[in-house]
Amino acid sequence: MILELKNISKSFSGVQVLHDINMEVKLGEVHVLLGENGAGKSTIIKIITGAYEKDVGELIWKGLPIEVTKPSDSIDAGIGTIYQELNLIPELSIMENIFLGHEKKTGSKISLLDRTTMKKEAKVLMERLGQNVNPDELVQNLGVGQQQLVEIAKALSLNCELIIMDEPTSSLSEREAEQLLLTIERLREQGMTIIYISHRLEEIKRISDRITILRDGHKIKTVETKSTSIDEMISLMVGRSLDNKFPKIDFKKGKEILSVKNLKLTEDSPQINFTAYQGEILGISGLVGAGRTELARAIFGADPIVSGEVYIEKEKQNIRHPIDAIKAGLAFITEDRKEEGLFLDQSLIFNKTIAMLNKVKKNGLIHPKSQRKVADKYVKDLSIRPNNVNLLTRYLSGGNQQKVVIAKWLFTDARVFIFDEPTRGIDVGAKVEVYNLMNYLIENGAGVIVISSELPEILGISDRILVMSEGKITADLSRNEADQEVIMKAATGG
Amino acid sequence: MKEQTEIIEQGNVEEKKKAKYDFKYIANKFGALFGLIILSITLAILSPSFLKIDNLMNIARQSSINALLSIGMLLPILTAGIDLSVGSILAFSIVVTGVVTVMWGMPPVLGIFVCLLVGALAGLLNGLLLTKLRLPHPFISTLGTMNVFRGLALIITGATPIFGFAYVINFTGQANVGFIPVSFILVIVISIIFHIFLTRTATGRYIYAIGGNKEAARLSGIPVDRVLIKVYTLSGLMAGLGGLVLIGRTNAASPIAGLTYELDAIAAVIIGGASFFGGVGTVWGTLIGAMIIAVLRNGLNLLGTSTDIQTVVIGTVIILAVYVDVLRRRSKN
Repeated sequence: MILELKNISKSFSGVQVLHDINMEVKLGEVHVLLGENGAGKSTIIKIITGAYEKDVGELIWKGLPIEVTKPSDSIDAGIGTIYQELNLIPELSIMENIFLGHEKKTGSKISLLDRTTMKKEAKVLMERLGQNVNPDELVQNLGVGQQQLVEIAKALSLNCELIIMDEPTSSLSEREAEQLLLTIERLREQGMTIIYISHRLEEIKRISDRITILRDGHKIKTVETKSTSIDEMISLMVGRSLDNKFPKIDFKKGKEILSVKNLKLTEDSPQINFTAYQGEILGISGLVGAGRTELARAIFGADPIVSGEVYIEKEKQNIRHPIDAIKAGLAFITEDRKEEGLFLDQSLIFNKTIAMLNKVKKNGLIHPKSQRKVADKYVKDLSIRPNNVNLLTRYLSGGNQQKVVIAKWLFTDARVFIFDEPTRGIDVGAKVEVYNLMNYLIENGAGVIVISSELPEILGISDRILVMSEGKITADLSRNEADQEVIMKAATGG
Repeated sequence: MKEQTEIIEQGNVEEKKKAKYDFKYIANKFGALFGLIILSITLAILSPSFLKIDNLMNIARQSSINALLSIGMLLPILTAGIDLSVGSILAFSIVVTGVVTVMWGMPPVLGIFVCLLVGALAGLLNGLLLTKLRLPHPFISTLGTMNVFRGLALIITGATPIFGFAYVINFTGQANVGFIPVSFILVIVISIIFHIFLTRTATGRYIYAIGGNKEAARLSGIPVDRVLIKVYTLSGLMAGLGGLVLIGRTNAASPIAGLTYELDAIAAVIIGGASFFGGVGTVWGTLIGAMIIAVLRNGLNLLGTSTDIQTVVIGTVIILAVYVDVLRRRSKN
């Protein structure tokens, strides 16, 4: 046993988020923490790493109790953490990043940096992860996947014995994710212990030895991966069996709702044409960097365009700024909810009403009571948890934060909703809720466009699928025509 | 689900309990006010004249200019910006007022209007520089205009003060209603207006949104540039208003008036609990921040402390206030 958690509890401003958690991590295993958003996974990780202090309970590290009150305590003990957000300095080289804060020095009196040794060790570390790279390469020239490996190398350089990875694959492309999974397998062969958080059940099944399932801050069970199935994982996680991961309602194609004509984003980019209809979910698939987000941002007026027209219900729109887009009836649920969607230091009420304050005014002033009323209603309708409308959105889990962002746009009475990676980093249960919401929208005559990099998702929920590659639309497929192979072919330009 | 609701209800109950009994909780929520009360009690014990009506009204009068400037300063700081030019705008507005009324003989009532208008226009210029020229940070644009307006004030007066204002102009800074200074009443009225503006109007909420997350604000359809222009215009307007009070108090318009006033205003906003990174702060907090500075100065005067030492004490208080805020944030996490 390398790490044991005993009777750990934690609460935030009176709301208990962890209840008496007991779990054990064996030496040399890949141990997965699995649970819906808000189940308490991240809180446990933050208690282990010292980002939060536990209220009660004990951590046992290699058989001895250990006090972790700040991040340096866990690092000193030999616990390395790879967060979702990378903590690298882009302007520095691979070597400099790996040894940042614990640089090797020459001699004892004049302490100059020992670049030769660091370079050699950086190279060895990266090779251990299967990477043959030049340690002098700047981190900004690497892809996200390789940057993550640099983070892992950094942890290894600190002689850590346990690596915690918090949803490392959520921001990676399929190929980069594959590379990371191979690296994890390699590290396990080298005897490293890994605690792993992910919502991707297939990859959990593939790489883990044991899984601890959490629900609403309680530990439900620890299971051997070999003796469990994906269905069982889901039902343990949500507390019921989820028959349908992609609820789909019957598709009745209605009137044209959004039409994009000859849209050019830059002088030398190709022209884009497509139409979305009422009653359908239009999926946009493609590899990361194919130009899908750029297209959505251009339609929404978030970035300037060179030429082209946007029609909503056959009416030509002149969209130069998001303000125009909102007036025209567009809603854009951005890819990065923390950076582009939420006001983290503001309450749910604030976030929910900020895009349409006119609707909660009385005598020209904002009316707090009506504001509260609409917030209460949406909290209930979208089952946002915890159901406290005054809580700062910073303290909500990813899935619930995403629901707040969606709620903001529902409140604007938009007719066309563009979702950019709407389920990234949220759990199966919340995903189904998001899909149901999309169904609700199309039932009520709105247009729904979904950009997603996850093939099963795009195939599961779309009525029609556009595939993009290098800024062009390379395929327009009906639900029946589309499968993984056809999409991948169009996405890679084949 | 039911279990979940129970947990949350339990949470709410605990929170209520906390609100009633937990000293720390109350201290957190009303931190700056607590500081002001403790400071006042201490001074009342140390100096018998502190609590006399005369002295209290003195504090009210002394605090009013900084209070007005601070309330103005709160807006840029809420948007994660800053306005370094308010002291210079104040000087520029009052000397222009002096020129047009004392030298050119414009009716004094119009003079009041000119004083406010010049302040607002100067602020408008700050807003335009920031949004139209896309200067990287208001620290830079207002650092520039701080020098420009100070220089202009010196040029148009030939670096000499203007004396002899009409009573109508002096009224705001000089007169009392009963024993309460008009300038203090003005501060209260302005505070109420700004409080309503910030909490109950769309522009007010947009100011918090922009300071909290500028990109999310833009994508939520908030006219970011227009709001920023309003913010700096209002900050300039408040400098003009502060200037009007200063004319009344000194019966003069000096081109070197208001030196370093911007720093006192920033100090009041920060002591009042606003975040330097934007999105967090209130009018009441700012007002209390301004009062703390005024009470400190007054108290130290009563105790016969030199102004040099006062400066050291006020600097220390700024650091302490922010440190308390840091601790508060840390305990929240």
